[in-house]
Parts: sequence; structure tokens; C-alpha cells
Amino acid sequence: MAVSTAEIEGVRPYARRRLRGARLLGLALFSPAVLYIVALVGLPFALAFLYSVGNVTVGSVGYRFVGLENFRSVLQSPAFRRALLNSFVFTICTQVIVIVCANVLALALRERFRGRGLVRFLILLPWVAPISLGAIGWKWILDSLYSVINWTLARMHLVNLFDPPMWLGEPALAMASVILVHAWRMIPFSTVILLAGLTSIPREIPEAAAVDGAGFWRTHFEITLPMMRPIINVAVLFGVIFTFTDMTVVYILTRGGPYDSTQVLPSLAFFTGVLGSDLAEGAAISVFLVPILVVVAALMLRIAYRAEVT
Amino acid sequence: MAIVETRQLTKVYRKGQAAAVHEIDLATRDGEFLVFLGPSGSGKSTLLRMIAGLEEPTEGDVLIGGKVVTELPPRARGIAMVFQSYALYPHLSVARNIAFPLKAHGVEKEERLERVGWAAKLLGIEHLLDRRPRELSGGERQRVALARALVRKPTVFLLDEPLSNLDAKLRASARDELAQFHRSVRTTTIYVTHDQVEALAMGDRIVVLNEGSVRQIGTPHEVYDNPADTFVATFLGSPPMNLLPDDGIIAGFRPESLLPPSAVQGEAVRLRARVTHVEWLGSERVVYATVDGGRFDGKKVIARIPVSIPATFEEGRAEELLVPRRQLRFFDKASGKRTAPPEIAWQ
Repeated sequence: MAVSTAEIEGVRPYARRRLRGARLLGLALFSPAVLYIVALVGLPFALAFLYSVGNVTVGSVGYRFVGLENFRSVLQSPAFRRALLNSFVFTICTQVIVIVCANVLALALRERFRGRGLVRFLILLPWVAPISLGAIGWKWILDSLYSVINWTLARMHLVNLFDPPMWLGEPALAMASVILVHAWRMIPFSTVILLAGLTSIPREIPEAAAVDGAGFWRTHFEITLPMMRPIINVAVLFGVIFTFTDMTVVYILTRGGPYDSTQVLPSLAFFTGVLGSDLAEGAAISVFLVPILVVVAALMLRIAYRAEVT
Repeated sequence: MAIVETRQLTKVYRKGQAAAVHEIDLATRDGEFLVFLGPSGSGKSTLLRMIAGLEEPTEGDVLIGGKVVTELPPRARGIAMVFQSYALYPHLSVARNIAFPLKAHGVEKEERLERVGWAAKLLGIEHLLDRRPRELSGGERQRVALARALVRKPTVFLLDEPLSNLDAKLRASARDELAQFHRSVRTTTIYVTHDQVEALAMGDRIVVLNEGSVRQIGTPHEVYDNPADTFVATFLGSPPMNLLPDDGIIAGFRPESLLPPSAVQGEAVRLRARVTHVEWLGSERVVYATVDGGRFDGKKVIARIPVSIPATFEEGRAEELLVPRRQLRFFDKASGKRTAPPEIAWQ
């Protein structure tokens, strides 16, 4: 094909201009996201690493590199080891409760009944209400003097009104309370995810199971649950992240007490680094969250990829 | 082997609305291949689902093998069902899919393996046993679904449009396989379809349904040759039966009965028709024409003329066409029901 040089020269600058324009537009659209991630995630993250190997405190201006000194000191502190263990107990117990309850709720909400819309709304409430409000409500419900639970139990002659259980004052009970309140808050989220998974199963599949002779339990455990596994994984992973990095419930209900028995890593990092002014050690504590969250994130991406493939 | 019976079976989804299935009485014969045929919304699937126990009847009863099973769950009815989507369990291998009904009925593992092998062999899917459903083609999935239905040796097979997800070529061979399969097991089978070719080719008898009611029950010959009303006459056959209304009655004849004079022997009625359009389909020609003169002047008719009959049709030309008198059917104009042949003049 014969094309004159004039033609090429006439076309090219225009094409180049257009290409440059498209690239600029791409950059313009892309940059807010990059800016956001760098400023609000990247910088604090880098700062935390920097602090964790330095000697910074709130109010100090100097910075001296101290190597792994902070980590050594953190690892030797019993409070940290307790918080690490608590973080795992808190996360695992909460997630087990959440997944079981969310499953039951999702099954119930799939059925058609009068007032289903209202029930769905009520079940979602703990998730949409501000967590501080909900936690403060629970603080009163579990209060040592004004506990409505103790009042009810005393009226039923199950506990002594003058020596009631201290829901937030005894280590084991306090841990259980924190776990249950956080589970209460997480259940709606998982319920919605599982309900979506449940309704995405074609109606003919449980029907085929019914004709094949399976009852409710067999259908649920051998057909429905395995088919929902990818979406349950998603719910669990999100739940783990929300739980492992959360300190609101612990902070409001117990402040990590009594005697650090409900302290978790994020709350310990906050108490040490911000309230205790030892920024370096607080940073070192929070850096311990990173490998765990990296594993969870990697799993999440893998599952998302596999869900796409199937 | 069992007989399935319905008594005054009715399903109303919403009060005040028309019934999806209206007071249906029918009974299969033992070992029969019965087809429910009707357009979408005719209630054929609802009827099947009530027989399966997946849908609760508003009124009436279902009997299987002489026993009322209306209150029983699907698993207690001794039925097996193949769904339109096949409804294979996606997370289980083919072998475990087929074994599932046996497991649910507490069959021992050894016998399970043996029966799965038997069913797989019968349907020629032994090489697929380790695969997952998503790795199978449409035809293979359909066979797996059949194997899963068959493995339990049910007394009744219920098939809900099992071929509609296959492509046209595969459908013809699957139809043949299904018919052969039924001949070999001889289990009472109810087959739901909207495809008249499937119904005519496979059914021992056909139940033609429309708007929740039975329009006709009969052998393929009966429903095709002697339709009970104008609905059956036009729903079966492609193109549908020609219906020429006149005061009080409707005269009907199949397009393949409308032929040039050279191809008709014996007593026949005569129509002059102007050809409007001709479709050449290789083995036959479909001639669209308008009656020219006589008492049916202006009415549209369709003729299907095999290419083996020598005749040429030109658009715009009037042709002489004959209908053998014994091929004529008559319907009451008000009710649409079949009536005796009246004395009418055709010219």
C-alpha cells in the first residue's frame, strides 16, 4: 500500500496528541486513589515501621535508631503475650459464634413469612448503629450495679441480687462479655453475606435433594453448606479482619481490664503508644498485626480468584 | 412400576387469581410414557411438581400405586425426577452425584458402588465418574441426571423438559436414547415438554394442557389426527391446522392435506386459492394462499406440499387445491369443540 509521507506526517502528530491526552486522563483518574492510599495507608504504615525501630515518645523530637530493641522489650512483657493470646481467642470465638448464628438467621430469613422485612431490618440494626452507642448500651446492660441481666436473673431466683456476677469485673466473664458483644455487632454483616450466598443457590438443587430422599439436615450439611463455602470463606475473612484490628468494644466495655485480661493487640498498642506516650513500643506492638493480616489478605485474594474461576 | 393418578388436583397461587392447575383428573397406565404437552403457563410443570411433592396442591389428591401421597414429602413417594437444569450437585463428583439418592436412603457403601457402576454403564458414562458437573457437556450432564434418577430404581420417573437445554442436533439423538431407555426399563414415566415433536415422538399418550386444564388425552395419532378442540388442532402441527370459520362451525384440515388435484384420489373438496408466498424447505414447499371465491372467500390457508409431488406455485396465481373429504375436521364455533361433519357447500 502506498502512503505518502505527507499523509503520515499529517496523521501522526494528531494521534500522538490523542494518545498523550488519554494517558493524562488516565493519570488524572488514577491519582486520587493513589494519593489516598499513600497518604492514609502507606505513610502511617511506613511511620509505624520507622517508630518501631526507634526511640520516639509522645512529645520528644529526636529520633535514634535502636534496632529490634522495642520488639525485644515487647516480647518480654507479659501484657503483650497476654494480648496476643487474647487477640486469637477473641477473634476465633467471635467468628465461630458469628458464623453459626449467621447461618441460622440466613436460613430463617430465606423463608417467606409475615413481617420478614421488619425482622430483616431489626437484625441489621446492630451493624448500622454506631458501634460506640451499641457498646455503651451494653456497658449499662452489663454494669455491676444496674445490670438489667442481673436484675432479671435475680427475679428468676437464679442469682443472688446482693452478690451478682460481675460481667465486666471477672476475667473469664469479661472476656466472654467482650466476645458476645462483638459477635452481636458482627452477626448482621455475616448474615447478609450468607443470605446472599444462600439465595444464589438455584431452587432446583435443594428440590433435587428432596426428591433424592435427603431430609433437612442432610440437605443442609451435604448440599447447601458445601455450595456456600466460598461465600462463607469471604464472610469469615472479613470477620477476622474486622475483629482482629478492632478495639472499640474492648476499649468501651473493659479498657482491657481487669488486669489486662481482655486486652487485645490493637487496644494494647493504643494504651501503650498513645495513652502511655511510648510511641515506639506501641508501634512495635501494632507491627505484630502485619504478618497475620498479610496471611489473611493473601487467602482472601486466593479465594476471590478461585470463586471467579468456578 | 406404579400408576400415577390425580383427582380433582387444583393449584391456586393467589386467592382470587385464576388457577394454575384446575381440577385435573388423570391416570397413567402401568409402565407408560405419558407426556404433558402445553405452552408455557399451561400448568404442566406445576402439575408435575405437585405429583413430585415439591408443590402443595390447593385441593385434590395425588395417588401413586393406589396410595394417596398428597401429604407425603417427595422422598416418601418412590419417585425420581430429572430437572430442566439437571440440578446436579456442583461440588460433588459424578459418582457421588449418582450415589447421593442411595446414601440418603441408607444403602450400604458396597451396594452403592455396585449400583452406581450399573447405572453409569447403562447410560455410557463410566469414564466420567471422577469428573465434576462443570467439566461435562450438556448431553453428559443430562445422562448424569438420568443416572442419578435411575439408580434408586424408582417406581415413577418425572422428567421436566430434560432436553430443552440441549442444542437441536443433540436433542434428536437424546430423544431417541431416552425412548430406548424407557423401553428397556419400562418404568412409568411422566414427561413434561412444550415441544410437540418430543411429545409425538416419545409419548405413549399425550396430555394436552392449556390454561391449567386438560384439553385432550390420547395417543399421538389421536391428538394429531382427531384433535378434541381448536386449541389442540392449532397447538399441534407446524404449520398449524387450517381453520376456516363459517356461521356456527369451523372447518379444519392439516396443511399436508391441502394438495394439488394430481395428488388426490377419492372424494375431495375443492378450493380455489391465490398464492401469496412460497417457502421452499428442501423436502417440501410451504404455500401460503388466500381462498378465492366460494363461501370461504378471503380466508388464509397454508399448504405443505412435498417436492415429490410435481407442481409449480407462482406467487399471485390462483391454484386449484383439494382436501380429501376424510381429512376434514369440524369444530363448533362457540365452544371450539369437535362436532360431527355438517352438510355444507364448499363452492
